[in-house]
Amino acid sequence: MRPLLEVTDLQTHFTSFGGTRVIKAVDGISFTLNEGETLGLIGESGCGKTTTCMSIVGLLPPAGRIAGGQINFLGEDLTKKSQREMRHVRGHMIAMILQDPMASLNPLFSIFHQVAEPAYFHQSFRGRSLRERVRDLLHAVRIPSPALRMRDYPHQMSGGMRQRIVGAIALAGGPKLIIADEPTTNLDVTIQAQYLDLLKDLQHDTGVALIFVTHNLGIVARMCDRMAVMYAGKIVEHGSVVNLFDAPKHPYTKALLGSVAKLGSKEPLFAIPGQPPDLARLPPGCAFHPRCPDAMPCCAMQAPEETQFGPDWTARCWQAAAQAAKGAP
Amino acid sequence: MTEPVLEVRGLRKYFPVNSGSLLRRQTAWVKAVESIDFSIGYGETLGLIGESGCGKTTTAKLILLQEAPTEGSILFEGVDILALRGDALMGYRRAVQVVFQDPYSSLSPRMRVGDIIAEPLEIHTDLSRQARRDRVAEVLRLVGMQPDAADLFPHEFSGGQRQRVAIARALVTDTKLIVLDEPVSALDVSIRAQIMNVLEHLQATLGVSYLFIGHDLAGVAHISHRIAVMYLGQLVEIAEATELCAHPLHPYTQALLIAALPAHPNDKRERLTISGEIPSALAPPPGCRFHTRCPHAMPRCAEEVPVRREVAPNHSVACHLYD
Repeated sequence: MRPLLEVTDLQTHFTSFGGTRVIKAVDGISFTLNEGETLGLIGESGCGKTTTCMSIVGLLPPAGRIAGGQINFLGEDLTKKSQREMRHVRGHMIAMILQDPMASLNPLFSIFHQVAEPAYFHQSFRGRSLRERVRDLLHAVRIPSPALRMRDYPHQMSGGMRQRIVGAIALAGGPKLIIADEPTTNLDVTIQAQYLDLLKDLQHDTGVALIFVTHNLGIVARMCDRMAVMYAGKIVEHGSVVNLFDAPKHPYTKALLGSVAKLGSKEPLFAIPGQPPDLARLPPGCAFHPRCPDAMPCCAMQAPEETQFGPDWTARCWQAAAQAAKGAP
Repeated sequence: MTEPVLEVRGLRKYFPVNSGSLLRRQTAWVKAVESIDFSIGYGETLGLIGESGCGKTTTAKLILLQEAPTEGSILFEGVDILALRGDALMGYRRAVQVVFQDPYSSLSPRMRVGDIIAEPLEIHTDLSRQARRDRVAEVLRLVGMQPDAADLFPHEFSGGQRQRVAIARALVTDTKLIVLDEPVSALDVSIRAQIMNVLEHLQATLGVSYLFIGHDLAGVAHISHRIAVMYLGQLVEIAEATELCAHPLHPYTQALLIAALPAHPNDKRERLTISGEIPSALAPPPGCRFHTRCPHAMPRCAEEVPVRREVAPNHSVACHLYD
């Protein structure tokens, strides 16, 4: 099967002070996504998760630019497309769900207007069929009495409902891929569970692929097939969710898993020492080595290459590579 | 249990709602906290869990005397704090401190860390300048920071370090109870475990009690000895943390457990049995406040308010299913 999205060696840089200072927010990442699949992109704030997504949809802020690499989506390189061409990709082929639904909905337009827009532009629905389409979409995201509620405005809805409206807008253009950037961070736990169930159902019905950006490993465990762990602009480990939860190779993945409280368990938490690094002052070699419990002298000298641990399972770590070369069958 | 450090009895807080532009009249009440009872023992952590708008933070404010309760009493070491005046009141304020969620807004950007931590000492003690400096250095070491951090400003620290400073400030007056209002929610994942471990270590060495407010069940259960579950201003269930996770009785607690995210992708998931959203505290449903969302609701639930009663040792629940 040909992948839906194939990101190869993507580099996104931010320049400041007239180009004298370059921050490598995304530093050579590669991953693929098949149709109908869910990928979890996980990492702490400032690790480049959101910049990766914004690079894919071509919505980088003015200071940012794609310095290298390719983003192949349905056989076309998105990095080569003009902004004009990207307008036909965004909303139509690739949709986004952002963290704060109040900020992504326009308070001055009715729900109908906002859900109808992608269906009008990208799928040429008009008149009565447009109204029916909007009603169906609202019904799909489980808005009660959609025909009435579509006349409402965002302020008349609760937080969970607003986020479901954003989901309806994302679906309205009939996308192949939805990028969800921390979509449930602002929601309460029971509302979050409802929303995640809803996204799973929608994915099942429409076959849309999902990229889930989050710092919450529980969401990845619940939602995703594969996960990519990012640290300081690089993917440090990438593989199936089950493999990474069972036998993480990279010490950062291990540490993240150990630092999360398990329900009903009183085991002491593993605290990762130190802070996430400042991207402008990255340590030499492996960016994680100052915080790594298993760091070796070579870690401070040279950045580790990607090592294959199985089909579709890679990590960047000297220690894990050495162990694999030594003992693995 | 021995005598608790803090005991709350029949605590109620109603906020008036005014309407009308010219003749402002009080027309309704927001019933934020409705007759809650709980106690916290010495060296114990009580977790208070619930969704936004359920009255967790109002409860914290009542305990911290930032709001006056409409009804009920708060006993600290057996004394009703609402009757305290003068020195005795200052003594209470010295013994009970708070750590807020966001360490970026809870520390003054214009004060040095040393002055931030020493401020309670200036108010509550007559220690000399040098003695205050020594005490600040001592609490900084307790929270795992270097004493020379006292000379720096908050902006020079990361979120996790700032939260340590906030904890140090809460500890400096030989505190007996710290109210922790979502102390790790604003922090990065890898930093949360650091702060949780600091809190546990401090409790083990100093014997301080915590009221730990949160909405992440796994995290709250990890740090707490007992957990109180709050829904729309009422306490629906209190139990030992491990007991509550293993045998949740109230349908709302059960829903919270189902909604809690799995620790492993192979964990069996049930679908959430409750639907809808938390009703408004302006017009809470009659009877059991949860009955509008409850999968087990009976006709009786809409009429009669369930009373919380003990159904197993140290495990009480307010639900007609267990009458």
